Amino acid sequence: MTNFSFVCPVPDPLVDFVTQSHGAGGKLSQELIDKVFLPAYGNAILANKSDSGELLVPTKPGRLAMTTDSFVVRPLVFPGGDLGSLAVYGTLNDLAVQGAEPLALTAGWIIEEGFSICELRRLAQSMGDALRRCNIQVIAADTKVVERGHGDGCYLTTSGIGWIRDGVAMKADRIEPSDRILLSGTIAEHGMAVMTYRNGVEFSPPLQSDCASLWPLAEKLLAEVPSIRVMRDPTRGGIAASLNEFAEASKCCLRVWEESVPVRPQVRRACELLGIDPWVVANEGKLLVVVPKEDADQALRIMRSDPLGVDGAIIGEVDSTHPRKVIAQTRFGTHRIVPMPTGELLPRIC
Amino acid sequence: MMNDFNSDDVREVEVLVQGIRRITTKNWTVMEVCGGQTHAILKNGIDQLLPPTIRIVHGPGCPVCVTSMEVLDRAMEIASREDVVLCTYGDMLRVPGTKSDLARVRSQGGKIRVIHSPLDACKVASEELRLGTGRQVVLFAIGFETTAPATAMAVRAAYMQSLPNFSVLVSHVLVPPAVEAILSDPEHGIDGILAAGHVCAITGYEAYEGIAERYRTPIAVTGFSPVDILRGMLAVVTELESSKGSDSCNTRVINAYSQVVERTGNSVARRALEDVFESCDQVWRGMGTLPQSGFKLRSKYQAFDATDRFVSDFGSIDYPALATIQNPCRAAEVLKGKIRPTQCEAFGKHCTPAYPLGAPMVSNEGACAAYYHHQTRHDPDVLEG
Repeated sequence: MTNFSFVCPVPDPLVDFVTQSHGAGGKLSQELIDKVFLPAYGNAILANKSDSGELLVPTKPGRLAMTTDSFVVRPLVFPGGDLGSLAVYGTLNDLAVQGAEPLALTAGWIIEEGFSICELRRLAQSMGDALRRCNIQVIAADTKVVERGHGDGCYLTTSGIGWIRDGVAMKADRIEPSDRILLSGTIAEHGMAVMTYRNGVEFSPPLQSDCASLWPLAEKLLAEVPSIRVMRDPTRGGIAASLNEFAEASKCCLRVWEESVPVRPQVRRACELLGIDPWVVANEGKLLVVVPKEDADQALRIMRSDPLGVDGAIIGEVDSTHPRKVIAQTRFGTHRIVPMPTGELLPRIC
Repeated sequence: MMNDFNSDDVREVEVLVQGIRRITTKNWTVMEVCGGQTHAILKNGIDQLLPPTIRIVHGPGCPVCVTSMEVLDRAMEIASREDVVLCTYGDMLRVPGTKSDLARVRSQGGKIRVIHSPLDACKVASEELRLGTGRQVVLFAIGFETTAPATAMAVRAAYMQSLPNFSVLVSHVLVPPAVEAILSDPEHGIDGILAAGHVCAITGYEAYEGIAERYRTPIAVTGFSPVDILRGMLAVVTELESSKGSDSCNTRVINAYSQVVERTGNSVARRALEDVFESCDQVWRGMGTLPQSGFKLRSKYQAFDATDRFVSDFGSIDYPALATIQNPCRAAEVLKGKIRPTQCEAFGKHCTPAYPLGAPMVSNEGACAAYYHHQTRHDPDVLEG
């Protein structure tokens, strides 16, 4: 008779890979929460494990702001950041440019079966670090596991709720001729860091993403320069997209002095190599601000006094010559239209 | 200020522009051949700096724009196969073929990898082999003499490693035959040519000497920065003005890019080209078949020819007829410098980078895209439109 053995090897479900059971709401789901997510960014509200997180609404006069963003960045970890930190900063920045002080975030993970738990822990940890740095909590979270082949590793959606105090109203249609356009620092760093890293185009040292929370800078600006017309964080589509949105909403002409737009030399070279205009490349830690002319110097001073704005500059002005257009003035004194960017950034051939 | 703009070149541009203005007495039409130059001219507004008597027209120097519909359709057909990974340069993705484009093929499940160097395709092939996927890897090799040496290296590497799952869809094109084709048209209206420095860095400029001689047209080899382009322009205009249209001395090739280009080019690259390719007649999108204007693999490397490896059933399309009925796109005239992009009725209306009708609107370096992106005050109708 054959010698049977009924020993079932029980692997430690938390040392290797995410399985369907981790998303089924049972014991393994709990373990994932207890051993991965709570240690990374747990708090009293999450520890309750209730279906909704509760939140005290500020009693001062003002409005609530909500935003949501899904993060699908590849690679998951890139020089200067990763999916976890990006999902925090990206959503906080969407609140910040609206003038909203962040109150709380939610996090929704969609994980592909077979994803490494070690990698997941790293991303969650990085998310926790970013949350602590910004002094903000995740008060509701969800995890779903999709079948192998039906996701690309993992995705993360964060929603944010924020508070806009009375008197703050960021709107591009308030832009007027003679206003000045300010930019808080060097552009194209996030997009080029991700693109070069993803495509194996090596730079030494590697290009770094600029991903960071803009709220501290935005808060200072809002407090000191109440006349700010509008702020924007120029993510996808770069400053070209944001400037065009301003031009369209205000029906004004935005004139930008090419030479005054800060770009790190290494980033410019990467852009030239790949045939990509830095103005259309994503940023994750830069602020575009439009202020009345008389407050521009004050705004620039405040910007430059903040660690995130040391390279800040006044990059252009608003007039009424070519309504709804963005015009770049080159360093040779010539002009060109800056169009709304279209579609995927395609590196050129030679 | 966190920037690396060099103020020296602003001064140099001023000096060159003044020089050109001082010597120009007649109307001259000058064509820049290379798409990189087109882009630089429009982006920096160099056309705005020149005296109104100098007219710049744009040539066929965007490799994406001149890649034929036939070969594009072929690439899409190959990329649609279950068992194939097609490796291509990014800016080919959105160029329309007869029915679709590679981006759409990718969205339908075609395995298309964007690469930056042909050797990347060899790496992909080795990797597929190692993983035992059974997939074929096809390099879609397009471009001018600038990218052809890298394709040659990839083919040699595959030959040396005997990579069984690697092949190349070759559609390289050569610049001098295209310049010759443009100048051989009696109504070309072009007085001088700015030749592309990067191509000449590989091949040298001997090939242009005969062309300049035969068509009595000065040709300046130039680079891509505003200073380079204006240096080339000054050289061509000087040559034109000194001859005043007489047939005496309009025949020179001037090397205005001597810091990069030598008369005989780069011998290593030329040897690689010579080893792997032989010239052949080639179809150019918008320009038709130009004699000896392309490359095909030599018989030694024939085994790597994707057109042999994958049998096509696309044979029934009459491409020349298609070109005449297709759409209001006037890319063919744009590519020959006969009209400017803004003179095409579809420009900016039915044809935009998001919805291109013709290839020059797709690539960053296509003349139509360059005008669309950087249209300047010189064409107020578009600016105001």
